[in-house]
Amino acid sequence: MTDLRQHATEIREQFSDTLDVGVDEIESRLETLVSEYRVPIEEARRSVVSTYLDEADIERDELGGGTSESATVTDIDAAERWIDLTAKVVDLWEPGADSIAQVGLLGDETGTVKFTKWAKSDLDELAEGSVYRLGNVVTDEYQGRFSVKLNSSTTIEELDADIEVGDDATEVEGALVDIQSGSGLIKRCPEEDCTRVLQNGRCSEHGDVDGEFDLRIKGVLDDGTEIHEVIFNQESTEELTGITLEEAQQMAMDALDTEVVVEEMRGDVLGRYYRVAGPTLGRYVLANDIERLGAPTDAESVLIKARSI
Amino acid sequence: MSGSVPSREVARRAFAAEFNDATYTFKESDDERAPVYSLLPSGQRANRVFVVATLTETEDVGEDSEYWRGRIVDPTGTFFAYAGQYQPEATAVLREVETPAYVAVVGKPRSYETDEGETNVSLRPESITVVDDATRNRWVVETADRTLGRIEGFDGADEYAAMAQTQYDPDLSVYRDQVIAALEDVEDDAEVTAEA
Repeated sequence: MTDLRQHATEIREQFSDTLDVGVDEIESRLETLVSEYRVPIEEARRSVVSTYLDEADIERDELGGGTSESATVTDIDAAERWIDLTAKVVDLWEPGADSIAQVGLLGDETGTVKFTKWAKSDLDELAEGSVYRLGNVVTDEYQGRFSVKLNSSTTIEELDADIEVGDDATEVEGALVDIQSGSGLIKRCPEEDCTRVLQNGRCSEHGDVDGEFDLRIKGVLDDGTEIHEVIFNQESTEELTGITLEEAQQMAMDALDTEVVVEEMRGDVLGRYYRVAGPTLGRYVLANDIERLGAPTDAESVLIKARSI
Repeated sequence: MSGSVPSREVARRAFAAEFNDATYTFKESDDERAPVYSLLPSGQRANRVFVVATLTETEDVGEDSEYWRGRIVDPTGTFFAYAGQYQPEATAVLREVETPAYVAVVGKPRSYETDEGETNVSLRPESITVVDDATRNRWVVETADRTLGRIEGFDGADEYAAMAQTQYDPDLSVYRDQVIAALEDVEDDAEVTAEA
């Protein structure tokens, strides 16, 4: 079966309760968009589904999933897919709008994904820390980040089980080409549960405070094709630079200036190649494991490639 | 990933011979602060580059204030780096380092016209650090690989390849041969190290 046919069959199943429409017709609509108008298949599918939603006069989230497949969080790589997810509610956030009943984070062994549950779908309440089998949720994408939406066709079954949630660990490598401001010897707010970095001795939340010293590097790894922003905490900064927090404080005291610490660090680490691994936090990778990359190992294979061009 | 958030420019990898041929510069918007790109002949725009090579000579060529020039040599040619009062850290390194030394440079391509009407391309460093030979060899292999990737992917359908075709009509085999020579140089070096 061709890809288009497969998509058409899936759409046909989604509308099986509401519309009498043939796979051929759906396929030809997809074909027009994809072949003639060069629309990516995901967009084409979305557009065709919208047409039939109008025809059937139903809302997108009243739509059945047709055949939804069991998936894990890292399997989610496209929008508008109907999947079954077994996951734990890791976090619940305050919904930003009345139309949203619940919003938060679901996790399984492979990682975490944001979920949204619409108020009008009228589904059971999810509890933080509980594990559920969620049937028929639909994936969505915004600026490269995926999420899932619970809708009126979603089934919720609480399981008596626990899941060790994965941390989305990732591995990146490249030359360390920049150390950003706010790196080196810094001071953090000592208030309970506040770890904000002080600016000129002030916490943006608690005002003037006696800060606590910490080490941190916010750096950029660049492989010539893309960049990755990386945060090294105290432990990994010490490992990376060989400068301990104690030594850094001594250096700053001798120079009457904390900037000397980051200047020293720049000289020690800029321009070297590293591979780091750790969980992602927003746009940063938290460097839990660091490996300095030395002499190249692939000179011969690159040479063979060069001679073959 | 695309998006309207301004993101940091990637540091491209190019050998000195190709870098010095990248005389054509352009902007992608009319905004005064829009980044200036140099066009690499193998069909890539570069607003920033990363170089690891041998600093062989430094000289203060400034008249009123300090203005340092460094000659930075890779297997294909020489990068000329210039740093003055607005690059205090790079200036300090050029002033104090003992040559020869392997250095890693993150910097911006700058082109200027000489009195003879030729366009020269130089490097304005954001940072210069002294590194070891393993890092230098890794850069040579990485730069060879990235350059080959551009040569292999050179296609008139690509915006920057098309631009390079128009501006330079490049003979890409020249850059391919430089890549081969650079890699052979590293291979010889590795054999010497292994025998020692």
